[in-house]
Amino acid sequence: AACVKHLLNQRNLWNILRSVSVDLNNDTALLIDIPDALCERDKVKFTVHTKTTLTNFQKPDFSVPRQHEDFIWLHDALVETEDYAVGILERSYPDFESPRDKMHKLGEGEATMTKEEYTKMKQELEAEYLAVFKKTVQVHEVFLQRLSSHPVLSKDRNFQIFLEYDQDLSVRRKNAKEMFGGFFKNMVKSADEVLISGIKEVDDFFEQEKTFLLDYYSKIKDSTAKAEKMTRSHKNIADDYIHISATLNSLYLWKLNFAFFMHLQKVEGRVASDQELKLTELLRYYMRDIQAAKDLLYRRARALVDYENSNKALDKARLKSKDIPQAEEHQRQCLQKFDKLSESAKKELTSFKGRRVVAFRKNLIEMAELEIKHAKNNVALLQGCIDLLKNN
Amino acid sequence: MADTARDPPPDRTDFHEVEDGEDLFPEPSAATPESQPASLSAVDISTNANGPKQDSFFDDDNEDLFAEATEEVSLDSPERDVLLSDGPSPAITPITPPTSVITPRIGHTHDDMFTHSSFDEIEEEEGGDSFDIHISVSDPEKIGDGMNAYMAYKVTTKSSMSLFKQRDFAVKRRFSDFLGLHSKLASKYLHIGYIVPPAPEKSIVGMTKVKVGKEDQSSNEFVEKRRSALERYLMRTVKHPILLKDPDVLQFLESTELPRAVNTQALSSAGILRMVNKAADAVNKMTIKMNESDAWFEEKQQHFENLDLQLKKLHASVESLVCHRKELSVNTAQFAKSAAMLGNSEDHTALSRALSQLAEVEEKIDQLHQDQANADLYLFSELLGDYVRLIGAVKGVFDHRMKTWQKWQDSQMLLQKKREAEAKLQFTNKPDKLQQAKDEIKEEIEELEGKVQQGERDFEQISKTIRKEVSRFEKERVKDFKMIIVKYLESLVQTQQQVKHFILNLSYTKKRLVFV
Repeated sequence: AACVKHLLNQRNLWNILRSVSVDLNNDTALLIDIPDALCERDKVKFTVHTKTTLTNFQKPDFSVPRQHEDFIWLHDALVETEDYAVGILERSYPDFESPRDKMHKLGEGEATMTKEEYTKMKQELEAEYLAVFKKTVQVHEVFLQRLSSHPVLSKDRNFQIFLEYDQDLSVRRKNAKEMFGGFFKNMVKSADEVLISGIKEVDDFFEQEKTFLLDYYSKIKDSTAKAEKMTRSHKNIADDYIHISATLNSLYLWKLNFAFFMHLQKVEGRVASDQELKLTELLRYYMRDIQAAKDLLYRRARALVDYENSNKALDKARLKSKDIPQAEEHQRQCLQKFDKLSESAKKELTSFKGRRVVAFRKNLIEMAELEIKHAKNNVALLQGCIDLLKNN
Repeated sequence: MADTARDPPPDRTDFHEVEDGEDLFPEPSAATPESQPASLSAVDISTNANGPKQDSFFDDDNEDLFAEATEEVSLDSPERDVLLSDGPSPAITPITPPTSVITPRIGHTHDDMFTHSSFDEIEEEEGGDSFDIHISVSDPEKIGDGMNAYMAYKVTTKSSMSLFKQRDFAVKRRFSDFLGLHSKLASKYLHIGYIVPPAPEKSIVGMTKVKVGKEDQSSNEFVEKRRSALERYLMRTVKHPILLKDPDVLQFLESTELPRAVNTQALSSAGILRMVNKAADAVNKMTIKMNESDAWFEEKQQHFENLDLQLKKLHASVESLVCHRKELSVNTAQFAKSAAMLGNSEDHTALSRALSQLAEVEEKIDQLHQDQANADLYLFSELLGDYVRLIGAVKGVFDHRMKTWQKWQDSQMLLQKKREAEAKLQFTNKPDKLQQAKDEIKEEIEELEGKVQQGERDFEQISKTIRKEVSRFEKERVKDFKMIIVKYLESLVQTQQQVKHFILNLSYTKKRLVFV
C-alpha cells in the first residue's frame, strides 16, 4: 500500500469530522490545533501549532513536530504529577492495517473485476485510509485542546514543554519512562477494579458516581460494539452496490444508463460514514471518557487506602512509641492528598457529565438531521432515475 | 478550536429558532412518536392466506424411488391416496406464507410486472385475439403425511382469450406437474429452435431442510420462493405465442385431472439417463466444428456467452447484497436493544429519553431493512436467477442448431460415400451381383438425397426460428429488466421515505434547544 501524505487545510471538511467532544471553557489564551500531519509507513507525524497570549511561553505563535509516543509521554507524565482526570489518549497506533489488508486483497482480485469496479473499490479503500488518518489526528488534537482548557493541567510544566520544546522529545521521553514507569500503570488497572468496588464510601456523591459509572461503562461499551457492527454492514452494502453497478454498466446491450446505481453506492456509503462519525465515534469517545472518570475514582480510592494505611501506621507507631512525628506527618500528607483529590474529582466528574450530555445531544441531533437530509436527497435522486427509466 | 462546539453552523437553514429556558430535550407530546405511517407492516401479497399453518412441509421432489408410475389420480379429490401408503385419507392442510417473507408495501404484486408488459404490447399473432392472460400460483398446501406427502398449488387463470373454455378458472397442481409440462414442451420445441422457458429448479437440499418439519424463516422463504418462481415460469411460458397454443399447456391450465408426470424425479432412472445425455451433449458440442457462414449467429453466440457470464456475476453480487442487508437488519436490532439499555442506565433524564427514542427508531428501521432485504431478494435476486437459466435455454437452442447442422452434414457425407461406392461398383468383377447391388445403392442414394434435403430444410428452419426467437427474447428482456429495476428503485424510495419519516418524528429533531 502506498504511503500517504496529506495536508489538512480543508476546514469545512474538518468541521464535520471534529467536535465529537465539546469544551465548555472558552479560554482563548491558549489555542492549540494540528493543522498538518504526515503519514510515513504508518507512523504519523503531527504538527502541533500553538497560539497564546500567556507570558510563560517564549513566543506567541509557534509549531513543533510531535509523534504519537510524545503524546503518550505527556499523558503519563500528567497522570503521575496531577491528580486530575487527564483525559483519554488511545495508547495504540490507529488501525491502518485493516484498510491496508483490504487494499492487498483488492490487488489480488483485480483480474476478476472490471476496470471501473477496481477503480471504485480502490477509491473507497483510499477514503477509508484517509478517514483513519483523519480520525487519529482528530483524537490527538482533541486531547490537547482538552488540556489547554483545563484550569490546572494547562499550567503544567510538562505540557508547556510538549508544546514548545523545539527539539526531539525522545530524550526526555526515555527519562520519563524510567522515572514514572508509566508503562506498568495499565497492568495495575484490573487490581483497581476490585479496589474501587470494595471501598466503603462515606460520601454520597462518590457512591452514586461509582455505581453509575460502573454500570454506564459496560452499557456504553456494548453500544459502541453494536454500533460498529451496524456501520460495518452499511459499508458492506455500499461495496455490493459498487459491484452491481459495474456489472450492470458492462451489460452493454441493455441500452440503459445504469450509472445511477453508483449513486446508490454513495448513498449507502454516506449513511455509513455519517453514522460512524456521529454515533459510533461518539459512543467510542465517551466510552473512553468514562474510563478516564473511572480512572479518577481509582486514584481517589487508592489515596483513601493510603490514608487508611497511614492511620494504621500511626496507631502502630503510637503503640511502639517510635517514629511518631514521621507517622503523623505521613498521615497528614495522605489526608491532604485524599481531600484534594476528592475535591478536584468532584469537579471533574460533574463537568464530565455536562460535557457528555451536551456532546450526545449535539451529535444525536446532527446525525438525525444528516439522515433526514440524505433521505430527502436519495428520494429525489431515485425518483429522477425512475422517471427517466419509465419515460425512455 | 473550541468554537465549533456550541453555535449551530451557519449553513444549516433547516433549524428552528433557539428557545431559551427550555428543557434539554422537549417533553414529547405523546409518549411515543407520532402515529406510524399507514401500511408499514408487510402487505400480504398473495390474497391466498387461508387457514392455519401446518408445521411440516413436504414436496414431491423426493418421491419414493420405487413409486409405481402412471396412476391417474385427481389432485383435487381429498380422497387422494399417496401412492404407497396405506394410511387413511390424508388431511389437506393449507399453508400460509408468513408475512415477513412477502415483498411488502409495493402496492401491486410482482405479477403486475408481467401483466403490465402484456397489456402494453400487442403481439403479432398468427391471427388471434390480443394477448390477455393472467396466471397466479397460490395456496401452497401440504397433501398427505409422512415421507410421501407433497405440496400442491392452486393455479388460477384469468383470460378473455378464445383459447380457453372459461374466463376465470383454477386447478390444483403439484411441482412434478410443472416439471412434466416443461419436459413435454422441451421435447417438442427446443430442437426446432424455440426458447422454452426453463422450469424452476429442483432442490433436494432445500426440501430436506423443509422435511425436518420446522416452520422457520428459511423453510417459509423456500416455499415462497418456489411459489413465486412457478408463477413466473407459467407467465413466461404463456407469453410465448406458440407455446400458449400448445395443447399440453392448455391441458395443464384447464383440466382438473392431469396424468401424473413421471420420469421427473432426479434420482430415477429417467433422471439419471437425462444426466448422462447432458454429459454426452457437452462432449459432442466440443467436437462439433461448425463452419459458421452466418455472421449474425456468430455474433449472437458470443453475445449470449458474455451475457451469461455477466448475469451470473450480477446474480452473485445481488445475493451478497441480500445477505448483507439481512445482517444489517440483525445488527440494527441488536444496536436498538443496546441503546435502550444505555438509555435506562443514563441518569440525565432528558438524555435518557432521547436514547430510548433512538432505540425505538432503530428498531423500526431494523424492520425496514428486513423488508428491503426481501425486496432485494424477490424483486432482484430471484429474477436474475430466472434470467441466468433463461440464457441457458437460449444457449441450448443454439446448440440444437449446431446439432441440426451436424446431422445435415452427416447425411451429406454419407451420401457422398454412397455415391463413391456406386461409382466403384462399375468396376466389380461379379456381374451377377452387380445389378442387385446397383439397385440397392440407388435406393439408398435416393433415401439419402431426401435426408440431405430434409437436413438442409431443417437447418434453415431452425436458423429462421432462432432469429425470430432471439429478437423476441431481446425485446422481452430489456423490458423485463427495466421493469425490475424500476420496481426495485421504487422499493428503495419507499424505504428512504419511511426512514425519513421515523427520524423526523424523533422529538429531539423538532426543535433546536439551548442547554440549560
